[in-house]
Amino acid sequence: MKAKKLRQLVDRMKPQFQKGGKLAKLHSTFNAFESFLFVPDRVTQNGAHIRDSIDLKRTMTVVILALFPALIFGMLNTGFQHFLSIGEHVAFFSWQGFGFGFLKVLPIIVVSYVTGLGIEFIFAQVKGHEVNEGFLVSGMLIPLIMPVDVPLWMVALATAFAVVFGKEVFGGTGMNVFNPALLSRVFLFFAYPAFMTGDKIWIAGLTKGQGVIDGFSGATPLGELAAGHTDKLPKFIDMFLGTIPGSIGETSALAILIGAVILVATGIGSWKIMFSVVLGGLFMGGILNLWGANSYMQVPFYYHLVMGGFAFGAVFMATDPVTGAQTEKGKWIYGFFIGLMSILIRVVNPAYPEGVMLAILLMNVFAPLIDHFVVQSNINRRLKRIPVKV
Amino acid sequence: MSKVIKIKRGLDIRLKGAAGKTVSQPGRSDLFAVKPTDFKGIDPRILVKQGQEVLAGTPLFCDKTHPEIVFVSPVSGTVEEILRGERRKLLDIVVRSGSQSGFEPLQKGDPATMDMEAIRQQLFKSGLWPSIIQRPYGVVADPTHTPRDIFISAFDSAPLGADYEFILKDEAKAFSTGIKALGKLTLGKVHIGLDSRKEPSKVFANLEGVEYHLFSGPHPAGNTGIQIHHVAPVNKGEVVWTVTPQLVALIGRTFLLGQLDSTWTFALAGSYVKEPRYIKGIRGMAIAPVLAGQLQEQELPPRVISGNVLTGTNIGENGYLGYYDSVVTVIPEGKYFDLFGWAMPGINKFSMSRSFLSSLLPKKSWDIDTNLKGGHRAFVMTGQYEKVFPMDIYPVHLLKAVLTNDIDKMEQLGIYEVIEEDMALCEFVCTSKTDVQEILRSGLDLIRKEMSQ
Repeated sequence: MKAKKLRQLVDRMKPQFQKGGKLAKLHSTFNAFESFLFVPDRVTQNGAHIRDSIDLKRTMTVVILALFPALIFGMLNTGFQHFLSIGEHVAFFSWQGFGFGFLKVLPIIVVSYVTGLGIEFIFAQVKGHEVNEGFLVSGMLIPLIMPVDVPLWMVALATAFAVVFGKEVFGGTGMNVFNPALLSRVFLFFAYPAFMTGDKIWIAGLTKGQGVIDGFSGATPLGELAAGHTDKLPKFIDMFLGTIPGSIGETSALAILIGAVILVATGIGSWKIMFSVVLGGLFMGGILNLWGANSYMQVPFYYHLVMGGFAFGAVFMATDPVTGAQTEKGKWIYGFFIGLMSILIRVVNPAYPEGVMLAILLMNVFAPLIDHFVVQSNINRRLKRIPVKV
Repeated sequence: MSKVIKIKRGLDIRLKGAAGKTVSQPGRSDLFAVKPTDFKGIDPRILVKQGQEVLAGTPLFCDKTHPEIVFVSPVSGTVEEILRGERRKLLDIVVRSGSQSGFEPLQKGDPATMDMEAIRQQLFKSGLWPSIIQRPYGVVADPTHTPRDIFISAFDSAPLGADYEFILKDEAKAFSTGIKALGKLTLGKVHIGLDSRKEPSKVFANLEGVEYHLFSGPHPAGNTGIQIHHVAPVNKGEVVWTVTPQLVALIGRTFLLGQLDSTWTFALAGSYVKEPRYIKGIRGMAIAPVLAGQLQEQELPPRVISGNVLTGTNIGENGYLGYYDSVVTVIPEGKYFDLFGWAMPGINKFSMSRSFLSSLLPKKSWDIDTNLKGGHRAFVMTGQYEKVFPMDIYPVHLLKAVLTNDIDKMEQLGIYEVIEEDMALCEFVCTSKTDVQEILRSGLDLIRKEMSQ
């Protein structure tokens, strides 16, 4: 009954937003809210009379659902690391820790969504389009790849940059070349390097100079390795579980793995890309192990899977269907090179401890080329089929 | 028999209301129509006037480019109405059947003893030439071509598709005669695609001069386009023809009887049909007498589709049976708002993806309505079309070539091998609700126009 009343309310408001109505200029905005509340009553006109129940909203919802384990873990870990840094002992699964983390992370999420969706609505309005759901996922990805102590204005700025220059100038969702969420990260990385690296920003409160107890380092495992402190590397199991400093959502390989299972089980995320990224990473890690020129190269190759943003990038970033390779064969190549480049950049170039971000953006550029070769081989196959006329 | 060709990619959509294996006669129908809109690649010129008396087999209209291709009245009677749409586009030519039945005479005899020209003339005169669809383009066959091969798929794998073996169980003679006639029209072979899961009935088995191919796998395994692709794909410059089994029998019957017999059996199926079953009617018949008292009384209005749910035509409750269709499907019209439909667990929502709870019920039969279930978006998801498109063709790249009117690319990417029905499942599964079939048709029309110049 409530649904009916709500529908009547929407129907009463609708004429004002349609052509000739007082608020016709806000048509796209109204439409976005209406289709958020109700799947429209539009029926098929031509072609297939029945359609699959899936739409972009559902797809994005599933991805966000898959991000939830990483998000919840990120909140828990934010609190845990904070209390650890000030020398108060709090259990990992505690309301105190979670509450602290929740209050730290929530504002970043809110800022990301408000900025991004605001810009999306404006663009849709000006172009007269429907608002696209693409940002629903980007808006969640952005906070998860930020250090927890990032200033909120930076989040807003980076989001705006990513949405405008990463997406809208190319024509909106589906047309972009680069992964928007990664673009926001890389923007901050190069525009404000001091805020995005170092060993202070990964723990809530550290940048504001809140006390650090002796013996506590806020550096991420990758930071330690880049600085040559191989002995300070946390245990593998800690890195797998994620009770280490790092970007909000990237630390727990376990939580990310749960997300990967959701994406693959629902058929939304490409297992081929995830699998080949891991394969590429292990391959490069193995080669570096064999080389073993310095202590960093000697880190066991499988450690790379649980350090830094590798897992997060493989599961949530590389699998972005718009900016990745679009052919099935191309996905194997695309993923493999992401894995390979990530580890190569990470280990060999000490200026960029986090190689995943750059590797994915680099392969975003090459994805169309990979697809081109795959499609071209299909074309050649077809040409060869034509019987030669004598 | 030859080895089984396994079709791995595809999707069987199990719908409620599959037709039971019984045949009934419909209520009396006086109105019949031939619809120019059923025929692709035809520019119709009307040949009769309103009120004119016609016999079964009298031409009602013909193609302007090839006037020998005529479209005939299935019954004798008078021309009731010539319906035109926007810009005087011909829609329906309606004939009211009279009390007396008369037939235009046709040649009687064994096609095996006739020459190619005699058979062509019989097809033209009987109005059955349009039964032949040519690839590329999926249009009524161009009579100036001699096809490389002729392909017939003996089974319909589409949702609620008709069982041709059941429809033709008493038509073995007519079918084999039709096959003989078609065999004369090509220098190559007549290929018949069979469902490997079934023992072929006597209708299709042991025919002379045909090559059999066995197919297994989900829809679209029964589509001729898929079968051609796996047997001998259409290359640039080649032409192959396809005919559906019941039309083959109809062609055969003209040689056996020496006149046009428009008896036509079709499945009446779909979740809105009280007793889904087969109907023995007449081609082009008005559908209203067939549906009278047969539909479930429900809140949502019915959508009456001549053809299957993926490729058929919405003919409404007062429309007419389409020329090629062996099934009429009635499903609910999905004109309703669904509160948070995209967020609900969706135990009742069918999806190829496993993002709804419904995927836990793989054996269930579904009642799917015509709601679009989302809004139109740009291409976002990848790999989705490939899962239901068992050809060595990149569907999204092909569609993008069409959208950019890039003729060279369309050619290179294999547009000559596909018609709408082959990509209908892509449209069904599309997250972005892209009108795949419409886009493909515009590409086919464009390239056909370019090539004819």
